[in-house]
Amino acid sequence: MAYDKNKSEHAHHDDHSGHSEAHFREKHLMLDPLPRGQMNDMVMESMTGKPTWKFWAAVIILGGIVAYGLVYTWARMIIEGIGIAGVNRPSYWGIFLVNTVFWIGISHAGTFISAILRVFKAEFRRPFTRAAELMTTFGLVQAGFSVFMHMGRVWLSYWLFPYPNQRMLWPNLHSPLTWDLLAITTYLLSSTMYLFLPLIPDMAMARDRSTGWRKNLYKVLALGFRGTEGEWTHLRNAMNIFAFAIIPVMFSVHTIVSWDFAAATRPGWNSTIFGPYFVVGALHSGMGAAVIVLAVIRGNMKHMKYFIRAEHFDAIGKLMLIISMAWAYFFFNDYMVQWYGGDKWTHQLLHFHEEGPLGWMWLSMLICNVAVPWAILWNTKWRSTPWLVSTVGIIINVGMWFERYIIVPVSLTINRAPFTWRMYKPGVEIQLGIGTLALFILLYVLASKIIPLIPVWEVQEGQMAHELKKFGRETVVSVSELE
Amino acid sequence: MTNAIPEVKLAEEQVGKWGMVINQDICTGCQACVAACAMENNVSFVGEEDSGYGRSMHWIRIERFWEGEYPEVKMTPNQPMLCQQCGSAPCEPVCPAFATVHSTAESLNLQVYNRCVGTRYCANNCPYQVRSFNWRDYERPEPLPNQLNPDVTVRRRGVMEKCTFCIQRIHKAQDKAKAEGREVVDGEFTTACAQACPATAITFGRMDDPQSLVSQLAHKGHGVKHLEELGTLPNVTYFKGG
Repeated sequence: MAYDKNKSEHAHHDDHSGHSEAHFREKHLMLDPLPRGQMNDMVMESMTGKPTWKFWAAVIILGGIVAYGLVYTWARMIIEGIGIAGVNRPSYWGIFLVNTVFWIGISHAGTFISAILRVFKAEFRRPFTRAAELMTTFGLVQAGFSVFMHMGRVWLSYWLFPYPNQRMLWPNLHSPLTWDLLAITTYLLSSTMYLFLPLIPDMAMARDRSTGWRKNLYKVLALGFRGTEGEWTHLRNAMNIFAFAIIPVMFSVHTIVSWDFAAATRPGWNSTIFGPYFVVGALHSGMGAAVIVLAVIRGNMKHMKYFIRAEHFDAIGKLMLIISMAWAYFFFNDYMVQWYGGDKWTHQLLHFHEEGPLGWMWLSMLICNVAVPWAILWNTKWRSTPWLVSTVGIIINVGMWFERYIIVPVSLTINRAPFTWRMYKPGVEIQLGIGTLALFILLYVLASKIIPLIPVWEVQEGQMAHELKKFGRETVVSVSELE
Repeated sequence: MTNAIPEVKLAEEQVGKWGMVINQDICTGCQACVAACAMENNVSFVGEEDSGYGRSMHWIRIERFWEGEYPEVKMTPNQPMLCQQCGSAPCEPVCPAFATVHSTAESLNLQVYNRCVGTRYCANNCPYQVRSFNWRDYERPEPLPNQLNPDVTVRRRGVMEKCTFCIQRIHKAQDKAKAEGREVVDGEFTTACAQACPATAITFGRMDDPQSLVSQLAHKGHGVKHLEELGTLPNVTYFKGG
C-alpha cells in the first residue's frame, strides 16, 4: 500500500521544518487519501471476504464458551437457585454487580470517543467511531445479562418495568435500582440509535456493492439513502442532536450506577464523590477496552492497517493518560475524605481494603490504574506502539475490575454488624462472567462480517477537508471547514 | 422569605405500635428463641455446608462476642438480634418492586414474599444484617413438612425474608379482640421467641399503651437501641449491664 513504500525515505526527517509529503501521508490518515472507489472496495472486502479458518475457530470457541458459561450455567442457576453462586451474607451482591458496573464502564468510552470527539471535531476520531459505538451497545448487552442473572427470581424481572397492570402496582421510584434500570434502558436505546445514524451512508454504500442476501439486508438498513443533499442535511442534523444529547445521558448513567452504592447506608459506599469517580473510572476502563479493540481489528482484519495507524493509538494514549490522572485524583479524594471522617466502621473497612486478605488486589489496582499508565503513556514513541498501548489497556481493565471488586464484595464484607463478617468466595459467577466476555467478543467477530467497522464516509469526508500544499520547499497541511 | 435562623429540630421520638425489649443480662444464649422462631415461621434449614458459608436462615440469632485470646477470654453478654422493625427503615426505599414496604396500620416492616424478585438490595442496606435470603429450595425431609405452620407462607428460592414480629399472631389476636368488641389486652399473646424464652429475656407487646409491660420496661431509662445514630428509629430496646 501507498503508505508503506516511503517508510525508509523519511526516517531521518526529525525536525519539523523538513517534513516531506511522504512523511505526512504515512503519519496521518487524513492526509493519505485513496480514491473513493478503492477505499469502498477495501472496506467491502474486509467485510465480505471469505472467512478465514481463524474466524471460524473464533466463532466456534467463543460460541462454545457462551453456550456453557452463559446459557447452560445460567439455566442451572435459575433451576437450582442463586446458591450455586458464591454470594452469601454479607456479600449479597458479589461478582454479578462487579461485572455489571464493569460492562457499563466499558460501554461508556464508546460514546465518549464518538460523541465528545465528534462534538469537538477531533479529526483523529474518524476511522474508529464505529468500533467504539459498537462497544457501547455490546457492552450494555453484557451489563444487562450480568444484572439480570443476579436476580433471585429473574423470571419475574418484568415487574421492574412500569407496565400497566391490574393491581396498579408500579416500580418503586425511590429505589436507585429503578433509576438505574430507566437510565440504562434510555442509554441502550439512544446509543443504538446513535450507532445506527452514521451507519446509514455506509449501508447504502454496501447495498450498491453487494449481491444476494447482503443486498437485501443492506437495502433495508440503508432506509433508501441515496446521498442527496437533503438526505445529508437531515442525517447531519440528526447526528448532531444525538451527539450533543447523548453526552449528558452518558454522564447520568454511570452517576446513577454509582448511586446504587452511594445512596446506601453502608460504610465505604455512602460517599458523595462516587458519581464523578464512577464516571471517570468508566472512561478509564472504556478507553482501555477501545484501544484493545482497535489493536485487534488492526491486527486481524484486511486493509485495516491503512485505516488505523500509530497516530490513533498515540491520540487515545494521551486520553488514557489524562483519564488515569483524573481517576487517581478522584480515588484520592474519596479515600482521604472518608478516612478523615473518622467513622469507626469506615476505618475498619479501609484497613480491610489494604491489609485484609485481598490487600494485594488493592495494591494491584493502584499499580494497574495509575503506575503503569503513567510510566508508559508519557512517551510518544511508546504511545505510538499498538501492542504496547493495548497491553496497557488490558492492564487498566484488570485494575478497574479489581476496583469494582473492592467496591462490591470486599466492601460488603465489613458492615456495622460484625457478627456477620465473612469472606466471599466466587462460585459460578466465574463461568457466567467469562460467558459475558465471550459473548462480547463474539458479537464483535460477527459484526465485523455484517457491518463495516470503519465509517468510510466519515474518513472520506475528513480526507476531502485536508490537503497538502507546497509553499516553496515547505509542505503545509491546509484544512477547510466542513459543514 | 424570612431571615430568622430556624429552630433546631430534634428527631421525633416515633412510637411504634408493637415493640420488644430484650434483656441481655438474663439471656443465657440457649437458642430456644431461634428454634421456636423457625418452627413458627416455617424457616428453612439450610444444612451444615451453606450455614457455615454464611447462608444460615434465622430470623433471630444469638450473637456472641468475645475479647482477647484463650485463656484470657472475656465474653460479652449474648445479643439476640432480629429485625428491629425500624420506624424509618433503610431496607424499604431501596426495593425496586415494593416487596419490602411499611405497614402504617401495624407500623411494622412487611416483606411481601410473592412480590420479591430477589435483587437483595434490602439486605445490603440493612445495618443490622437481619434479612435472610432463600439461596436454594431447601429440602424438608419427612416428617418435617407435618409441622409447617399453616398460617405462614412457605417461601421458595430467590426470595428475601425476615422477622415479622409474628404478624400472624398479631392478626389472630386482633381478630379475636375485634370479634369480642375490645382492644387487644397486654399479655394476651406474644411472639414465638418471647414465648419460648425460659429466662423471659424477651418481652413483646404494645408500645402505644403506656401501661403495658413492654413500654414500661422500654422507658426505664437505660435501654439502648442499636445503631440509633443512623436514624432508623428501631422498635427493639436492649438492656445490658443493669
